[in-house]
Amino acid sequence: MDRFSVFTSRLVEKSENFTSGHRACQGCAEALAVRLVLKALGRDTIVAMATGCMEIISSPLPLTAWKVPWIHNAFENPAAVISGCESGMKALMRKGRVPKKKINFVGMGGDGATADIGMGPLSGALERGHDMVYVCYDNEAYMNTGIQRSSSTPYGASTTTSPAGTVSFGQQTEKKNLTQIAVAHNIPYVATACPSFPFDLLEKVKKAAALPGPAYIHILSVCPTGWRIQTEDAIKFGRLAVDSCIFPLYEVTHGKYNLNYRPYKKIPVEEYLKGQGRFRHLTDEEISHIQTTVDRDYQKILKRCEED
Amino acid sequence: MAKPMDQITWRELEVGAVVVEVGNAMEYETGSWRSERPVVNREQCIKCGVCWLFCPDVCIVRAPEGHFEANLTYCKGCGICAKECPVGCITMISEEE
Ligand SMILES: Cc1ncc(C[n+]2csc(CCOP(=O)(O)OP(=O)(O)O)c2C)c(N)n1
Ligand code: SF4
Ligand code: SF4
Ligand code: SF4
Ligand SMILES: [Mg+2]
Repeated sequence: MDRFSVFTSRLVEKSENFTSGHRACQGCAEALAVRLVLKALGRDTIVAMATGCMEIISSPLPLTAWKVPWIHNAFENPAAVISGCESGMKALMRKGRVPKKKINFVGMGGDGATADIGMGPLSGALERGHDMVYVCYDNEAYMNTGIQRSSSTPYGASTTTSPAGTVSFGQQTEKKNLTQIAVAHNIPYVATACPSFPFDLLEKVKKAAALPGPAYIHILSVCPTGWRIQTEDAIKFGRLAVDSCIFPLYEVTHGKYNLNYRPYKKIPVEEYLKGQGRFRHLTDEEISHIQTTVDRDYQKILKRCEED
Repeated sequence: MAKPMDQITWRELEVGAVVVEVGNAMEYETGSWRSERPVVNREQCIKCGVCWLFCPDVCIVRAPEGHFEANLTYCKGCGICAKECPVGCITMISEEE
């Protein structure tokens, strides 16, 4: 658990805006992330979501697991659609056609939708300064269509389009750093989060929604099916990702860096990698290469947090 | 109750195929997917709610006696609650037993 006592969970908002009956795989931490994000946002929220696991599992016509207005978008569109909703509502409120109130406009997509296909529209929406939040659920591959690599798949991971075998060790490229791309837009708020640290996640979503202007939240979402782990270990692997600093929890508010969680002891990245089927084939040499890149990136973040 | 998709004709769909009933996915009972079920030892439960917070299927409920337990209509049996319970009072039991 976070730096809080376990009893803090009883202080968390009780109402649920994402219901049971959704069809995510057993132990899907991406579905847990959606549940927690909606808990933090509350009912006065409009969501535009790209196609992907979370859209498919929550909206098989005529059913929906959503209790807030929600629209399914083509892969590349959630940032464009939600920015249009925000502008449209602003106009309707100005004309008195809709009563004035604070509404959270939230775009959502997987890593494929965000890092690859919807990158341009997202950049545009962030640059135009809409009062919106964009949430990326990063399970590190195109999971819904059967575990194909994305630009957010980590180095060395075996997927169906970056298979490990005699000629290859899996994904050949380094994971694209979407959080830093969002930071480069100089928007009011950017953060990383993981449902294994639920209180941190809830606070960040609330902050992102409260601050005027665009905000971006990158959520590492453990996918037992695609990562080839036991379903009950979904929370554990999120914790290992943070404790090994391959996925540090930090936020950048108006350009100022803040590290939200510093592991008591930074564990070797091998402990995070070794239990996962997608990394099972890695040699000591490849693991030590990954350790070098983790240390390099974590030092950069630490330095920025210390300077600010 | 929403009609099953294969019995709905296009005439019955809302314009834009909008679903007007919020959260009606609850009609689909995912509990049938389960091969193991979580059982809470009520004496040991410290009523912290950690299991509730981590359940991806929103199916842990607070019983009137104060402890938490799974709603088996939806529980898929992933085992997260049993793994994360800080006192280890949840056991996964095979549905065959
Ligand atoms: C333009 C377009 N290309 C491909 C698809 C097929 N498709 C649907 S979901 C999906 C994968 C989504 O991956 P990601 O965004 O990472 O979300 P995840 O399923 O992993 O949560 C793909 C390739 C599509 N719907 N539209
Ligand atoms: S494939 Fe992964 S992300 Fe998609 S529903 Fe299953 S566990 Fe969740
Ligand atoms: S086994 Fe999984 S689905 Fe069932 S109550 Fe526990 S966490 Fe929820
Ligand atoms: S996590 Fe364990 S101790 Fe806490 S409420 Fe659930 S069953 Fe009880
Ligand atoms: Mg994905």
